[in-house]
Amino acid sequence: MDKTLAHATISVDPEGYLTDFSQWNKEIGTEIAKEQGIEMTDKHWAIIDYIQQKFKEEEPLSIRGIKKSGVIDIKAFYDLFPGGPLKKATMIAGVPKPKSCI
Amino acid sequence: MSQTKVKKMLFILSKATLENVYAAFVMANGARMEGIESEIFFTFFGLEAIQKKKLEHLHVATVGNPAMHMPTMLGGLPGVEAFASNMMKKEMEKLDMPPVGEFLEILSDSGCKLWACKLAVDMFHLEKEDLIDELDGILTIGDFYSRADQEGTQLLFI
Repeated sequence: MDKTLAHATISVDPEGYLTDFSQWNKEIGTEIAKEQGIEMTDKHWAIIDYIQQKFKEEEPLSIRGIKKSGVIDIKAFYDLFPGGPLKKATMIAGVPKPKSCI
Repeated sequence: MSQTKVKKMLFILSKATLENVYAAFVMANGARMEGIESEIFFTFFGLEAIQKKKLEHLHVATVGNPAMHMPTMLGGLPGVEAFASNMMKKEMEKLDMPPVGEFLEILSDSGCKLWACKLAVDMFHLEKEDLIDELDGILTIGDFYSRADQEGTQLLFI
């Protein structure tokens, strides 16, 4: 379905994840974050960069991967994206929700 | 997907077999990943999973486990349990499942509370030093029930 955000029309799935990554830009990411109650900072963007890079490399995302990434530790990750960090961070990054159970 | 009504998951882990320990860990971590609170109460043999000297040496059950598709007598032979456990650990590593010690660190960092059962700790003559540093404390079962302090709390025995 279509949704208007940051003066652009984007297609999202029923949960609100972008279905076409090419439609993503930083303004859209900022707006999605606001909807999730998150005010983006440089620290947030560092994670988003990491997630998008993994997505482009077609590598699965996991909480263990975040731990090993060197970008952030798990405690800080939960603090930055409260209430389901990987779910929220991927939504802001414009990539699909991770399918992994870990 | 609709919003879950589960707000908090409390797990009681009473076994030390790899398949049970991982079941508890995956569910507890999965809860945190969904924004659900989670806590684990380690009791009886489940305590092996939080003993520094034992946690990396847990095994799968090869005897009395029909899903192993192996005659029970064979499962009891020396080395079979260790072999099956190593196979399973390798398969889990392929799925990026962390080893027990690292999984406990992840759980603790994720805000999952880890408790040891007082009765079982006394029974096995364990000291606080024998248990992992990430442990949040030693509780009675009554203390643990009091952790179920909000609507939408679920308690699961493994």
